[in-house]
Amino acid sequence: MTSVLIPEISSPGFSFENCQRNNLLLQKGFPAPKAVKTGTTIVGIIYADGVILGADTRATENTVVSDKNCQKIHYLAGNMYCCGAGTAADTEMTTLTVSSQLELQRLHTGRTVPVATAATLLKRMLFRYQGYIGAALVLGGVDRSGPHIYCIYPHGSVDKLPYATMGSGSLAAMAVFEANWKPNLTEEEGKKLVRDAIAAGIFNDLGSGSNVDLCVIRNVGPAQYLRTYEEANVKGKKQGSYRYNIGTTAILKQRVIPLEVESANVQPVQPMEVEASASH
Amino acid sequence: MLNIERNFPEYAVPGAKQVRFEPYADNGGSVVAIAGEDYAVIGADTRLSTGFSIYTREQRKLFQLSERTVLGATGCWCDTLTLTRLLQARMQMYRHEHNKSMSTPAVAQMLSTMLYYKRFFPYYISNILAGLDADGKGCVFSYDPIGHCERSNYRAGGSAGAQLQPLLDNQIGLKNMQNVTKEPISKEKALATLKDVFISAAERDIYTGDSIYIMVISAAGVQEEKFELRKD
Amino acid sequence: MSILAYNGGAVVAMKGKDCVAIATDKRFGIQAQTVSTNFPKVFRMGPTLFVGLPGLATDTQTVQQRLKFRLNLYELKENRLMGPKTFSAMLSNLLYERRFGPYFIEPVIAGIDPYTQQPYICNMDLIGCPNEPEDFVVSGTCSEQLYGMCEALWEPDLTPDELFETISQALVNAADRDAISGWGAIVYIIEKDKITEKHVKTRMD
Repeated sequence: MTSVLIPEISSPGFSFENCQRNNLLLQKGFPAPKAVKTGTTIVGIIYADGVILGADTRATENTVVSDKNCQKIHYLAGNMYCCGAGTAADTEMTTLTVSSQLELQRLHTGRTVPVATAATLLKRMLFRYQGYIGAALVLGGVDRSGPHIYCIYPHGSVDKLPYATMGSGSLAAMAVFEANWKPNLTEEEGKKLVRDAIAAGIFNDLGSGSNVDLCVIRNVGPAQYLRTYEEANVKGKKQGSYRYNIGTTAILKQRVIPLEVESANVQPVQPMEVEASASH
Repeated sequence: MLNIERNFPEYAVPGAKQVRFEPYADNGGSVVAIAGEDYAVIGADTRLSTGFSIYTREQRKLFQLSERTVLGATGCWCDTLTLTRLLQARMQMYRHEHNKSMSTPAVAQMLSTMLYYKRFFPYYISNILAGLDADGKGCVFSYDPIGHCERSNYRAGGSAGAQLQPLLDNQIGLKNMQNVTKEPISKEKALATLKDVFISAAERDIYTGDSIYIMVISAAGVQEEKFELRKD
Repeated sequence: MSILAYNGGAVVAMKGKDCVAIATDKRFGIQAQTVSTNFPKVFRMGPTLFVGLPGLATDTQTVQQRLKFRLNLYELKENRLMGPKTFSAMLSNLLYERRFGPYFIEPVIAGIDPYTQQPYICNMDLIGCPNEPEDFVVSGTCSEQLYGMCEALWEPDLTPDELFETISQALVNAADRDAISGWGAIVYIIEKDKITEKHVKTRMD
């Protein structure tokens, strides 16, 4: 009876309730299916006034494209963003978790959180899970000590670099950086270099594709998220139209459920006054 | 019985290691063929790839075997090269022996035999043969890697075969539709559908893209056409 | 063989002009053996909110019940309907919580936001990575075939009647090329003032 009155409060963290059953299935010859991977090219560079991050927008399930325009540059805080490669759900959830921890940290300390804090939180989380959380990240941001780019691997190791690439297209992108990156690039040069690196991944790596996303984080002023900076590939124009005449599909029976449309009475919620995220 | 490796993996000792022989590569690519009353069209993409990388964006996968037969082959590219070379050699022998070129159904049967000859070490290829038969009607033959052969009017094969085939069923085979008159598919409609299925496949299959070569086989001979696809 | 293909089944959802549609096949099988031809995989969770849960049938039902529980709790607490975006966030969290021992389903969500009247579609992988495109989402054992069909058939701004024809043809022709999907299909057309449920005639082999 108490279970009816007191609703289930799920404990925080991962649940392993299905593991025993799934292991049994594994032994019977049913391997666990693969989750969506982002084959991915992600990059980040330091330029004269901050950092620029870049990513392609293709998500794949084996050899099939499951999302043609997904977002791989994730928000962490006002002064830093994080590109994710690897298992799509892992990059999404890891950055989400760390983003909330960073916001709490910011509110707690009352100052802009340094990029190193984010790198530490991310690497601790990934190290704790021994690489089973398949997230390969390029973290970029600015703080009072200047611009930073970090490369974080699924097992929790970290590189701090002036220019970094990750994902299946990392070699194609790194080739562009190795040829053309130099210190103190202007913003225009930097954006072009990042675009070229992502384009190299999109065209030469089958796991990467579709469009180029950029994110420019300057030492001063808010970050500029350039979603679909360049539409590198467009769908081909269809020769014919495949609209069917009404009645083409045979129907056995049908049922119409009318809905009462109530006049929606939505009260606008005033957001609570909070200091801006990227305060300097 | 207790199996040490399964039940106590931490006590397992590394035993003899079996070295596997993996002679096959998957080089991707797709083929579509449609047969009409007095023509056949066949198209194949031009991307040759392995894993996540592209070898070339300009690889023809259509082989004109005679003035009225074209073979489209995808899969393990080295097997394709070997098979088509043998096929061409045997067709030349036939020509020299009989003083005429092979008919499409004859090529189809020979291809089936050649594939089955390698039953236990097969050519890892998805073959589709298109052409005109002895009556001048369009025909399409599709194969599995070990020589099962089936004649049909339309067929898709290769890495995006599963994505291409249902639309052909619907648009060429006119399946699952009420109130449609079953009339022969015109050459223009076949060409448009062929391009459209490839546009769809290039969107979703990472191994299909760059461009397609299309061959139109009719009594007048074989015409070739190129059509661009997305390149990512 | 993948456990996701143990029971078979397919679900597809598409956006139209001020409407969305979600379609499912009716088969329930154990590998190649068909057991039932009237097995629900798409559930109505709210007035204009539907979720499709193709995959392992036992998980289809478990997840449906867990979702309904959490949804009811939300509606009791908040005294308002749950929007489809909120619903998919809830489902995503439910699935990711079991990251290392997942439910073997790949969900599809389709609905119209009860407050903004915006059409919404979404699909996820089995550990809850959401994908919210502008055109269509597919899931199930014939997802490849469905991708091929939908890429060719879908056009923007289809009316409810046109959307029905498009989604039905996409599902039926795709399921015909999959041995473990089909055996009847149901299409739900969701508009802001009504829901139309149509049972489509298909091959039964």
